[in-house]
Amino acid sequence: MIRFGMVLRYILLLLGALVFLFPFYYMVVGSLQATPDSSPAGAFPAPGNLTLDNYVAVNERINLLQGLVNSGIFTGGVLLGTVVFGLLAGYALAVLSFRGRGTIFALVLLVQVIPFQLLMIPLYVMIARNYGLSDNYLGMILPFFISSVAVLIFRQYFLQLPKDLFNAARIDGASELRILWSVAIPLVRPALLTVVLLTFIGPWNEFLWPFLITKEASMQPLAVSLANYISSIAASTANPFGSLLAGAVVLAVPVVVLLIIFQRQFVSNDIGSGVKG
Amino acid sequence: MTTITRPTEVEAQRQDAPRPRRRRWLGSSPLGLLFTAPYLIFICAIFAYPIVFAVWMSFQDYFFSAPGVEVDRPFVGFDNYIAVLQDPAVWQSFRNVGVFLIINVPLTVVLSIVLASALNRVVHARAFLRVSYYVPYVAASVAVVGVWLFLFSGGGLVNNVLGDLAPVPSWLINSQLAMPVIALFVTWKQLGFYILLYLAALQNVPKELYESAATDGAGGVRTFFSVTVPGVRPATLLVLLISTITGANLFTEPYLLTGGGGPNGASASPVLLMYQKGIEQGNPDVASAIGVILIICVLIIAFIQRRLVRDEES
Repeated sequence: MIRFGMVLRYILLLLGALVFLFPFYYMVVGSLQATPDSSPAGAFPAPGNLTLDNYVAVNERINLLQGLVNSGIFTGGVLLGTVVFGLLAGYALAVLSFRGRGTIFALVLLVQVIPFQLLMIPLYVMIARNYGLSDNYLGMILPFFISSVAVLIFRQYFLQLPKDLFNAARIDGASELRILWSVAIPLVRPALLTVVLLTFIGPWNEFLWPFLITKEASMQPLAVSLANYISSIAASTANPFGSLLAGAVVLAVPVVVLLIIFQRQFVSNDIGSGVKG
Repeated sequence: MTTITRPTEVEAQRQDAPRPRRRRWLGSSPLGLLFTAPYLIFICAIFAYPIVFAVWMSFQDYFFSAPGVEVDRPFVGFDNYIAVLQDPAVWQSFRNVGVFLIINVPLTVVLSIVLASALNRVVHARAFLRVSYYVPYVAASVAVVGVWLFLFSGGGLVNNVLGDLAPVPSWLINSQLAMPVIALFVTWKQLGFYILLYLAALQNVPKELYESAATDGAGGVRTFFSVTVPGVRPATLLVLLISTITGANLFTEPYLLTGGGGPNGASASPVLLMYQKGIEQGNPDVASAIGVILIICVLIIAFIQRRLVRDEES
């Protein structure tokens, strides 16, 4: 009876995994087909029908390298802000006791449930119209500069460090900055990696905001230029699906590779505790 | 840095009476204020101020102007809201997102709790299985939309497999099916994240409860409903809340998958309308009014969900 249940569980999970992975497999296969084959047989790579032409075709319409660089700068800016200022805020909320700490912590939680759609229009008016930051990396980065989820994860990690450690360092006469730099940060290095990975996903995949704020093709992150390609240009190419899927592979691969390499860092407890506060 | 002189102070801050005045006012480590200041400024500039601005804008006759130009933007009361409520396209978009939520939210909760509790108990291929479920969540919507377009297009693989059973008109251009396909897409795309949340919550369910359920002779299904489901109730509330907010935020999928909310507005979402009216047509005041109405709806739904989950508990 128990064996039967276990087998059933594995069958369920493997079927589920198939449903989750198949579109990605199909994305790669489709991007390599010289002529699109959407019959069931087309789901398997046919040796005579393989080509890299689709990658060349999509690269002629949208500059993939430029798109990757723009996505990288956008993501890098957000990572910088989150790792520096998010870490400081998380540290202060966990270790230091100061006036307003409770209020700030409540704010961090509140911000999680504020949907971007309410902010979209006023932020667009402010950043694009009033400050003239459209088609500008700064304008892209600003709304995502410090990730609140990251603040929560940092706080959670610093809370787990024993208080005696900090007290001992203070007895030795270390300043608060020195304690943070030489005691606390080395101990939360795993959290640093988790935060970097989680934060990376957000801006790399973000579509709506950079879409609103970039009109110039040379400034668009890859997600935006690919979306424009899908909605307007793709139909005019010889193999629209093939080139579209080739662009999709280029956009998806960096994150999927990161997930596979660092799967241990996507540990449920860290992220769960971060989200739950 | 100079404010901390005695190590015991963190514990003893409430007890020791004679303290410098500044410290009593700012707490024992005022440095914390400095550390949190950038975050606080960020929150004020990116969240607090824009929210107030959005609400204010929705009561003005607001339009775009060149930077630095002083223009008169009169207060118009509820005019924008009246315009919004008289627009059938707005009503349709709210109905659409309602259909979306009715499909997406229950499906998300059921699938993620079942898959998470199954994943929690496997020993072999654990890493492979988890990664498989997380892949759609971490991949960009724009990239994944591409492959769904290919799969669900008129002559796509799905229709080829279905043969004569394929719907006419095809999935994404069928006004009855466009929204359900989007709802399925988002469920599939986001499920990994909710599985992650439930996996975390499952670690907090006491092992003894499972053991005593087993001694009482409860089967797998029985144990699932009387131990697992109540044990992860806080996570369920969180999943309900986040999936509702995500659903209300729907934009990328109708914009790309159904070519801007087609066919004929059958898959338009409120955020898509906000984009079209606010930015394409230059009416940010009307778009803000839609945003405010949308948020009020989300708050009401979240409140009801909270009530339902709480009631079940008592």
